[in-house]
Amino acid sequence: MATAQQGILDLLSPYPPGWGGVLLAGAVSTVAISACAFAIGLLLGTGGALGKLSGNRMLRLMLDLYTTLIRAVPELILIVGLYYAGTDGLNRLLAVLELPPVNVNGFVAAVAVLGFVQGAYMTEVLRGAILAIPVGQIEAAKAFGMGPVLRFRRVLLPALLPNALPGLANLWMSVTKDSALVAVVGYQELALATRLAGASTKHYFVFFLASALLYLAITLVSNVVFKLIEGRVRRGQPRLA
Amino acid sequence: MSFTWISSYWPLLLTGAWQTVCLLVISVVFGFVLAIGLAFAQVSGGRLTRLLARSYCTFFRGTPLLIQLWLLYYGVGSLLPMVPGIRQSLFWPILREGFFFAAVSFTLNYAAYEAEVLRGALLAVPKGELEAGRAFGLSPWMLTRRIWLPRAIRIALPTIAGEIVMQLKATPLAFTVTVMDLYAVANKVRQDTLLVYEPLLVVTLFYLALTAVIARVFRSLEAQVPVRR
Repeated sequence: MATAQQGILDLLSPYPPGWGGVLLAGAVSTVAISACAFAIGLLLGTGGALGKLSGNRMLRLMLDLYTTLIRAVPELILIVGLYYAGTDGLNRLLAVLELPPVNVNGFVAAVAVLGFVQGAYMTEVLRGAILAIPVGQIEAAKAFGMGPVLRFRRVLLPALLPNALPGLANLWMSVTKDSALVAVVGYQELALATRLAGASTKHYFVFFLASALLYLAITLVSNVVFKLIEGRVRRGQPRLA
Repeated sequence: MSFTWISSYWPLLLTGAWQTVCLLVISVVFGFVLAIGLAFAQVSGGRLTRLLARSYCTFFRGTPLLIQLWLLYYGVGSLLPMVPGIRQSLFWPILREGFFFAAVSFTLNYAAYEAEVLRGALLAVPKGELEAGRAFGLSPWMLTRRIWLPRAIRIALPTIAGEIVMQLKATPLAFTVTVMDLYAVANKVRQDTLLVYEPLLVVTLFYLALTAVIARVFRSLEAQVPVRR
């Protein structure tokens, strides 16, 4: 039994005969993909939420189509479809502009696709959060003569964050897990790294358990971080008993 | 856009759709039963059962379904043949299949999410109704069976509909463990005909239709109980 234990620890050691380093690198790229996609989603979501609330009917119709479609289609199909459609469309565009075709970097493609998906969910989260702000606060800002940008920065944003944060935390959790789907289109993050490690050593069970624990660690650390952020954005608010 | 391939692939598409629906129904039905146990363990269990149920939910909600599926299929799947006698047993033809592992991992995953929903719903049942049941002399078991659980399920219905749709959207993952589900069929059509978008489009339409059916069923379920507003 002792030798078996030793063997497993060797397998997971961070230095080359062991695969720990590969797994950790995979975990880092999982976090990097998720963070970039989350940031893009945040931008798209803010734009989408403001667009939906802007009252422009054409814009709202298009945004409704975007959010409904993205949220209705299975993630795997979206990722695979957008991956092909995205690279294909880009190269067609380049061909029209008479530029040579490019090979899209897996990281960029993964981030773009996941960010596009996140944007749809974030649009809804942020829209709800903005709607939950008491109208009087926005009216007061208008009465003080604040322009739209200043109003967004000083009133809307600080007021919507406490409302939006739980939803955003959920979306972060789901993007860290959705990033595993990128393994299916062949970009090496934690899930694919684990499969490679398993395939070359035949110790699938050990490696998948190890990577499940890595994902779990990411989730639990994120939980703590989001709790801290929530404490920060809710400062000064009365606490419920 | 060309859809001529449908004429030769429709039997395959039908079996794929059947596999997808089977995976969904199996995982939702068994997962729901498991979730009821997990939810009660968290709400009214002792310290140890509470801790165990809590860790179960944290683990399955904190790790990607893809990893759970691969952990079962590749990990446990590679350990299974070491169990003595299992190759000769009656169950081996089932235990060998990707479908079995997909069904088990989807069930375990669904149960973890559903348990959280039910836990909240169990706690949301108005206290007075439970007290009324006790006042009528119902035993704890009867109280649970006749009042607490049915009330909680009714409270959770809208969320359950959402969870089932989420589960439906997770089923295409099964193709990574050689299950010939709807998405796998789309993949095969792509490999055979080099058409990328058309098969994905057809499959997506099927998922949308199934989502609409689930939404409709739950709407009529919710309408069974008149609500005063």
